[in-house]
Amino acid sequence: MTDVANTGAPAAPKTSKSLLTQDARTIKRNRAETRFKMYGIAAISIGMLMLVILLTTIIGRGTGAFQQTFITLSVPLTEAKIDKTGTRDIEQIKKVSTFGYAPLLSAAFAQKVTELGIETDLKPKDMANLLSKDAPATLRDYVLENLDQIGQTVEFEFLAQSRVDGYLKDRVDRGSIANDKNISAEQLDLVDGLLVAGTLEKRFNISFITGADASDARPEAAGMGVSMIGSLSMMLVVLVLALPIGVAASIYLEEFAPKNWITDVIEVNISNLAAVPSIVFGILGLAVFINYMHLPNSAPLVGGLVLTLMTLPTIIISTRASLKAVPPSIRDAALGVGASKMQSVFHHVLPLAAPGILTGTIIGLAQALGETAPLLLIGMVGFIASNPPETIAEGLLSPNSAMPAQIYEWAKRSDPAFYERAWGGIIILLVFLISMNAIAVMLRRRFERRW
Amino acid sequence: MTQLFSSISASVLVLIVLGLGIVGYVTMRSRAIASGGGDARNLHSLPSYYGANAAMMIAIPSLLVMVLWMLLQPMVIQNTVIKLIPDQMVSEGSSVGLVMSDVRRIADGLDAAVAQGAMSGQEAAGLDAVETDVRSRLAEVGVALGSDVQAPILAAAQKYRLLSQSWRAAMVAVVLVMALAGLGFAYRQTDKDFRARNVVEAGVKGLLIIAASLAILTTVGIVFSMLFESINFFRMHPWQDFFLGGSWAPNFRGNSDLSILPLLWGTLYISFIALLVAVPIGLFAAIYLSEYAGPKVRSAAKPLLEILAGIPTIVYGLFALLTVGPFLVNIFGRGDNGVLGVDWMSGATSVLTAGLVMGIMLIPFVSSLSDDIINAVPQSLRDGSYGLGATHSETVRQVILPAALPGIVGAILLAASRAIGETMIVVLGAGAIARFSGNPFEGMTTITTRIVSQLTGDTDFASAETLVAFALGLTLFVLTLALNVLALYIVRKYREQYE
Repeated sequence: MTDVANTGAPAAPKTSKSLLTQDARTIKRNRAETRFKMYGIAAISIGMLMLVILLTTIIGRGTGAFQQTFITLSVPLTEAKIDKTGTRDIEQIKKVSTFGYAPLLSAAFAQKVTELGIETDLKPKDMANLLSKDAPATLRDYVLENLDQIGQTVEFEFLAQSRVDGYLKDRVDRGSIANDKNISAEQLDLVDGLLVAGTLEKRFNISFITGADASDARPEAAGMGVSMIGSLSMMLVVLVLALPIGVAASIYLEEFAPKNWITDVIEVNISNLAAVPSIVFGILGLAVFINYMHLPNSAPLVGGLVLTLMTLPTIIISTRASLKAVPPSIRDAALGVGASKMQSVFHHVLPLAAPGILTGTIIGLAQALGETAPLLLIGMVGFIASNPPETIAEGLLSPNSAMPAQIYEWAKRSDPAFYERAWGGIIILLVFLISMNAIAVMLRRRFERRW
Repeated sequence: MTQLFSSISASVLVLIVLGLGIVGYVTMRSRAIASGGGDARNLHSLPSYYGANAAMMIAIPSLLVMVLWMLLQPMVIQNTVIKLIPDQMVSEGSSVGLVMSDVRRIADGLDAAVAQGAMSGQEAAGLDAVETDVRSRLAEVGVALGSDVQAPILAAAQKYRLLSQSWRAAMVAVVLVMALAGLGFAYRQTDKDFRARNVVEAGVKGLLIIAASLAILTTVGIVFSMLFESINFFRMHPWQDFFLGGSWAPNFRGNSDLSILPLLWGTLYISFIALLVAVPIGLFAAIYLSEYAGPKVRSAAKPLLEILAGIPTIVYGLFALLTVGPFLVNIFGRGDNGVLGVDWMSGATSVLTAGLVMGIMLIPFVSSLSDDIINAVPQSLRDGSYGLGATHSETVRQVILPAALPGIVGAILLAASRAIGETMIVVLGAGAIARFSGNPFEGMTTITTRIVSQLTGDTDFASAETLVAFALGLTLFVLTLALNVLALYIVRKYREQYE
C-alpha cells in the first residue's frame, strides 16, 4: 500500500540525480578533506625528515673523528742529542725540551723517505712537518719513561698533522691549500707516496674517546676522555643530591601535604621552575656557588649543584606521577594492619613506585647530561684540562670541562678539523643519551605494573 | 685548642658527627631494650626507633647548624675585614669586590705557605709588607699575585686568616657540642615509655618538608641573586638607558650603551620565526596523529617526533652553525654562484638560521601538548558534528579546534617561552651584533647570547658591563615566568571546562 502512495510523491530535486554520483559541492568538500589530511601527513613527514637529516648529518660528519691518520716511523734515539752527558741522569735529560727532539724526527723521516725510494725535493724539516706538533712531545715522554731505550731505534706511530688527516678524509684537496701555510702541494705528493708504501694509514683512533683536549694548533690530538670524566662527576653529584631530595619532596607533596596555600605555592613553584630557562640556573650558580660561597671556578661540583637544581623539578614531577599510580588500596591495607602513615609510605608505597621513580631519574639525568648553557657561565669552557683527575675529590674540585661544553669549545674554534671533532663528540654524547633512555624504557617495560 | 679545631676539615667533621650518630643508634637501641627488661614487647616502639631517635638528635641539628654557619661565615668575615681597607685604596679605579678578592688570594697564599712548611704559622701572622717581599715569598709556594702587596691589604689578609681560623674553630666546637648534647638528650629520653616512633616520624616529616621547600628556596635564590646584582647595576647605569635606550654597545673601558631593547627585538624576532615554523607543523602533526592516524602509525610517529625534543640544544646549535647556515647562504647568498643568484645573506649566522633550527626543536613541544589537548575534547562533540553531516576535516576545523583553542594557545605560549630562553642555538647560530632590523638574513643577537658573552671569560663584578648580565637575566626570568604562568592558567582553565 505504501508503495502506491509513494508513486504519487513529487520527484526528487533535480540537483542530485543519484546517490552514486557526487555533486559539485560534495566533490569540493571531499577534496578539502583529502587536502586537510595531506597537510597532516606533510607535517609529520617534515618532522621525520628533519630528524633523518639531523641524524645523517651527525653520523656523516662525525664518524671521521673516530679515525685518524698515523705515520709509522723508526726513530733512532741518538744519545748525543738526548743525553749529552751520557749519565742517564733523568734531571739532565729533562732539560732537553721538545725542540731538542724535533731533529731526531726530521732525520728519521728523511731516512724513511729514502728507504722507500720516494722522490721529493722537500727538506727533512718540511717532511717532519707532516707529523702532528704533538710528535716531539710523544717522543720526549717516551724517552723519559724508558731511559734504557736511549741509543736504540724504536718504532713509533705518530699522529699526522690535521691537514694530512683532512687530505685522507677529503676535507683538504690541492685546490683548497693554495693559501695554506701549514701544508704544500709537494708535501701532499709525499703523503700520496707514503700512503702507497703503507707508512701512512688511516685507522680507528681510541684516543679520541679516551684522550684530553688539545690546543688550537693540534686538532688531531684532541679527545673527549677528560671532559667525559667531568660530565660523569657532575652526574654523580646530581644523582647523589637530586634523587633523595626529589623523592623526599614528592613524598611530602603527594602523601602528607595538607591542602593549603603553602602547598599550592610550592606546587606552582615547582612547575614554574621546570620551565625556567637553563641559563638562569647558570646565573644562580655563578652568583651563589662561585661568587658567594667561593667554591672553585669550573669545578664539576659546582656544575653538578647547578644541574641538581635544574633536574629537581623533573624528578619531582615524575616521582609524584609514579606515587600517584600506586592504588590507595595498598595504603589502606597497610594502615589497616596497624602501620603508621610513615610506615605505609616507606614500606609499601615507595618500593612499588621505585621503578617509575628510577625511570624518571634516569630521564632527568639524561637531560642534565646534555645541558650546556649553565656550564658556560660557571666557567667550564675555554681552557684545556690536560690530565684526567686521580681521585674522586680531585675529579669534583679541580677544573674540568663537560661533554657538551667541550663540543661547544670545539665548535667555536675556526679550524674545520675541530668541527669534525665536535660532530664526533656529539656522537659520543648521543650514545650516552640513547643508552640512558634505553635503560629507562627497559626498566619501564620490565617493571611496569598495571593496577 | 683553636689550632686543633681549625685544622679539622668540613668533611672530617661531618664524618665525626655521623660516627657519633651511629654510636648513638647502637647504644640507645640497647638501652631501650634494657629499660624494657630485655623484652622488646615492653617498649612503646620498635627498638630501632629508639636508635633512630638518637641518631636524629645527634646528626640533624648539628649538621643544619654547620651548613648555616658555612653559608653565613663568609659574609660576616667580609664585613669585618672590609672596614680595615682604607677608602682611598678602593677608589683607585677598582672596587671593594676586587680588593677583597686580592685579600682572599693573599690569605689563601699564606695558608698554602704554612701548609707546605715554607713559613711557620707565627711568621705568616707577623709578616710585614714593608720589610718582606710578600709577593716573591708567595710565588715560591706557587701562589702568583698580580701586583706587589700593599700594607693595608696584607693587614686585611692577616685579619681575614685569623678570623677564618677562629670562626672555623668556633664552628667545629659548636657542632661537636651540639652533637654531644643531642646524644645526652637522647640518653635522657630513652625509656620504655618514650614514644620514639612518633618523634622519629615527626622528624622525618620535617626533613620531607625541608626537601619540598627547597624548590621555593631555589626560586628565592634565583630572584635574589639576580635582584641584588641588578640593583648594583642600576646604581652604576641609568635605568632609562637600560629599558628605553636604543643601542647595545658594551665597552669594557666603561661608558657603554647598554639597552635591552635591541636584544629584546632580536630575541622576539628569532622566536617569532621559530614559532612560524613550529606552530603549523606541530599543530598539523598533532591533528593528524590524534584524529586520522591509526594506532600503529601513532605509536611509531609520536616517539620519533619526541626524539627531536630530547636532542641536546648544543647539537641543534652545531647543526645551525655548520649545516643550516651554510645551506641558507648557498641559497640566498653568494651572488651569482648561489642557487637563487641573489646576495642577501653574507654569513652563516642569521636570524633565519637560528629561527629555523629552533623551530625544528620546538615542533615536538607544540605537537605533543596540542595532541593531549585535542584528545581531551569530548567525543560527544565529534559525534554531534558527524551527525549533522560534517566531514572529518570540517569537524576538526569547526568544532574541535575552536573547542581546543585555549589549550592550544597555552601550548604555543609555552613554546614561545622556551624559544625566548633558548641559549645554545642562538649563541652558535644567531650572530653577535645587536641591531634593530627586519632583515632575517642578517645576524642579530639575543638576551641569552649577551648574558653568556658578558659573563664568560675574565669577569669583573664591579663593572656595569658585567652586571648588566644580571639585569638581562632578571628580565628574561620575569618574561618567561609571565608567559608560563599565563599558559598554565589558560591550560588549567581549559581543562576545567571539560571535566
